Amino acid sequence: MSESGQHHPSIGLFIKVWILLFVLSFFSYLVEYYHLEGMLRWSLIILFMILKAAVIVAVFMHFMWERLSLQLSLVLPPLALLVLVAILAIEGNYTYVTRLMFFTQ
Amino acid sequence: MSDAKPTVAGTGDSWSGLVSDFSADKETFPIPWGKLMMWIFLIGDTFIFGIFLIAYMAVRMSVTDPWPDTVELFAMTIGGTTFPLLLIAIMTFILITSSGTMAMAVNYAYRGDKRKTVLFMALTAVMGLVFVSLQAYEWAKLIFVDGIRPWGNPLGASQFGAIFFMITGFHGLHVLGGVIYIALVARKVHKGHYEKKGYSIVEITGLYWHFVDLVWVFIFAFFYLW
Repeated sequence: MSESGQHHPSIGLFIKVWILLFVLSFFSYLVEYYHLEGMLRWSLIILFMILKAAVIVAVFMHFMWERLSLQLSLVLPPLALLVLVAILAIEGNYTYVTRLMFFTQ
Repeated sequence: MSDAKPTVAGTGDSWSGLVSDFSADKETFPIPWGKLMMWIFLIGDTFIFGIFLIAYMAVRMSVTDPWPDTVELFAMTIGGTTFPLLLIAIMTFILITSSGTMAMAVNYAYRGDKRKTVLFMALTAVMGLVFVSLQAYEWAKLIFVDGIRPWGNPLGASQFGAIFFMITGFHGLHVLGGVIYIALVARKVHKGHYEKKGYSIVEITGLYWHFVDLVWVFIFAFFYLW
């Protein structure tokens, strides 16, 4: 227990997480290496990305040992970005269709 | 595990703890103020990188010219065999490893092991420098060999250069800033500035560094692999 009032894990946990990150990165590299295409490729890329991001935030950034009040205060605001994703997906699609109609004859 | 503050509910009782954190007559977040400030800064940075990546999505969805093949563009040939995306894979492994050493530095700092803290922070900073150097090499190759410019390139969609230089450049600046930040804090740890104040500064520095690694995870997936 330190002055920040939180639990501190052993070095072994960090080494395990580090190896896990290596393996996950290697898997996402293999997705490219074996030229996987289409939905399989995209879902695997997203899956490995989310797993890596979750492990980094949870263990390396000590997020899993923080109090729920801080966890929610940090996780909820960035979810607003999903609204921007939706809006710009509509906009990007509209621009694409417009370009097809006027730029490629 | 018992909670450090007996007046608030423990982690096993987290929902009522949440209510008491926000409603009790005390500060909401019982952590060092510098750590809270770093988290708030990182949320702001999340929005900046989020906006960059979402803008990239909109551009990528709307181009009618073919998008340059990043896999071939960043391939490396070693001994006659061409490995797709090898440089980026090496950069990814270096950044992940530096995140691991930073996590260990934080751990040793809280154990009060000053020598190992400085050692692992120095290792982290050196790996950050290697990452930036590889990125400089990558930029030089794209600019001088492949002719990529922010306004166009010979490989396809002219928006590619603007997106590439913007996103990787901003991330590279974060890495460079992180190296300087880590070096400054490591020097102060070495001099014994935090022996009385406590070592939460190392954790705060670590938060920033892990965030830089986190952003790279998203750039790697969306920009290089997609």
